[in-house]
Amino acid sequence: MRIPPKHTQRAAVLVMGLATLFTLAILVFIILFVLEKGLPVVSLKFLFTNPQDMGKSGGILPTLVGTILLTLVAVAIATPLGVGTAIYLTEYTRESRITRIIRFGADCLAGIPSIIFGLFGFIFFVTILKMGWSIMSGGLTLAFMILPTIIRTAEEAIKAVPNSYREVSFSLGATRWETVQKVVLPSALPGIVTGIMLGVGRSIGETAAVIFTAGSSLRMPASLMDSARTMSVHFYILAREGISTENAYGTAAILVITILFINLTAYSLMNRFVAKNN
Amino acid sequence: MSSEPKISVSELKAYYGREQILMSVSMEIPPRMILGIIGPAGSGKTTFLRCLNRLNDLVPGFRTEGRIQLDGQDIYHPGFEAVGLRKRVGMLFALPVPLPKSIYENVVYGPRLSGIGDRNRLDQLVEASLKSAFIWDEVKDRLHSPAMRLSGGQQQRLCLARILAMEPEVILLDEPCSGLDPISTAKIEEALTILKERYTIILVTNNTKQAARVADQTAFFLMGSLIEHGPTQELFTVPRDSRTGDYITGRFG
Repeated sequence: MRIPPKHTQRAAVLVMGLATLFTLAILVFIILFVLEKGLPVVSLKFLFTNPQDMGKSGGILPTLVGTILLTLVAVAIATPLGVGTAIYLTEYTRESRITRIIRFGADCLAGIPSIIFGLFGFIFFVTILKMGWSIMSGGLTLAFMILPTIIRTAEEAIKAVPNSYREVSFSLGATRWETVQKVVLPSALPGIVTGIMLGVGRSIGETAAVIFTAGSSLRMPASLMDSARTMSVHFYILAREGISTENAYGTAAILVITILFINLTAYSLMNRFVAKNN
Repeated sequence: MSSEPKISVSELKAYYGREQILMSVSMEIPPRMILGIIGPAGSGKTTFLRCLNRLNDLVPGFRTEGRIQLDGQDIYHPGFEAVGLRKRVGMLFALPVPLPKSIYENVVYGPRLSGIGDRNRLDQLVEASLKSAFIWDEVKDRLHSPAMRLSGGQQQRLCLARILAMEPEVILLDEPCSGLDPISTAKIEEALTILKERYTIILVTNNTKQAARVADQTAFFLMGSLIEHGPTQELFTVPRDSRTGDYITGRFG
């Protein structure tokens, strides 16, 4: 017996539509839940004062600063390394066994649980390199953690740049590097930024790797060699130790808002860039 | 044609991996005129053209044998810079490829690479090149809007202007009108007949009538070999080789 295509088509649309709806609903529910629980404690004072009594009262300023610094360090290190690797793999090497091994390695690295990175960071940066629990140790660890994502997304973005652009650039007397700089990178930028944003998101949300490497000091960091507590770690400790559920949710709400804000800014900047050229 | 040839090709063979595309082509191309290259698909016309600016260097597995001289210099000599060569030998592709930048930035792409940074000089180059490519009047009021918004025919003329702004010596055209409407095609052809007074132009075309209209000399390629090369008038009226005659009268290809 054969079901008429009209019905299978309708069923397919229905099933996929429901899947989409379900996904969206969960997402919205989580965000609303966190905001509803967290927003009541959020105020400018909460954002800009130091925590007191282990975070039971007071604000979250040092964790906000810690999160921003840690993420900046991670992205500042991972972006040039990752984009550089992606350019090298796509523009300067021909597809070979070695490039496939590097790519496979990057994919494997992307799948390693973050706590393993934390352990590695603790042994290598904190202990062997004697950097101690610090923003630097944490930032470097996070950089290695997000590197594969940045490499792979940048690589896909660069590969998607039409080859005809490269040929035109070469035919106008450009070298390989001039072509990369003036044609390939600007065209691939939206994809590259997406990869970096994914990295930013992962850095901000990371807990396990950060506790091991940046520590959990609640003091305001004075330099990159100081220990710091990120918002995610703060949330974890507040909730885990039962210090203050309200402040935990307040921190979570700020986390969610920060990530939304960063994504929106990045995408609007990128759209403006793309619109200017197309 | 008593003057020295601009380009002289001797026993050029080209290979993609093991496959031989060009079978020992020899040809002399005099300066400041249009050479039309005709032949059926797969006859090696485009490969031949892409040897002249060494664009095929970028294709994995591509190699050549034989010699190509530009003003007497061997362009495949190890000491000869491909990047410098491409500044002297511009190329227009079959499909117009404006870079995702403004009209102005497209035209100054080549000059900027040569280190020209002076705004006035660049402005002059833009105006002169766009005028020579018969597109100035259509775009002069929107030089800073994206080139992608132009129509296909305008884009191809912009690409021509972009080559002229490099002030090359030779212009290679690879079926430049294959995707264009008759009016845009006519404008490109008109531009070429004026430009040949200053440049050596090599026009690969699938349209034999186009070669008959604009080329001073025509060369006929078949299966990677140069079958016949001579003044266009002669080639089209009294071809020496029967295969040339068959092709231009439409009996095959």
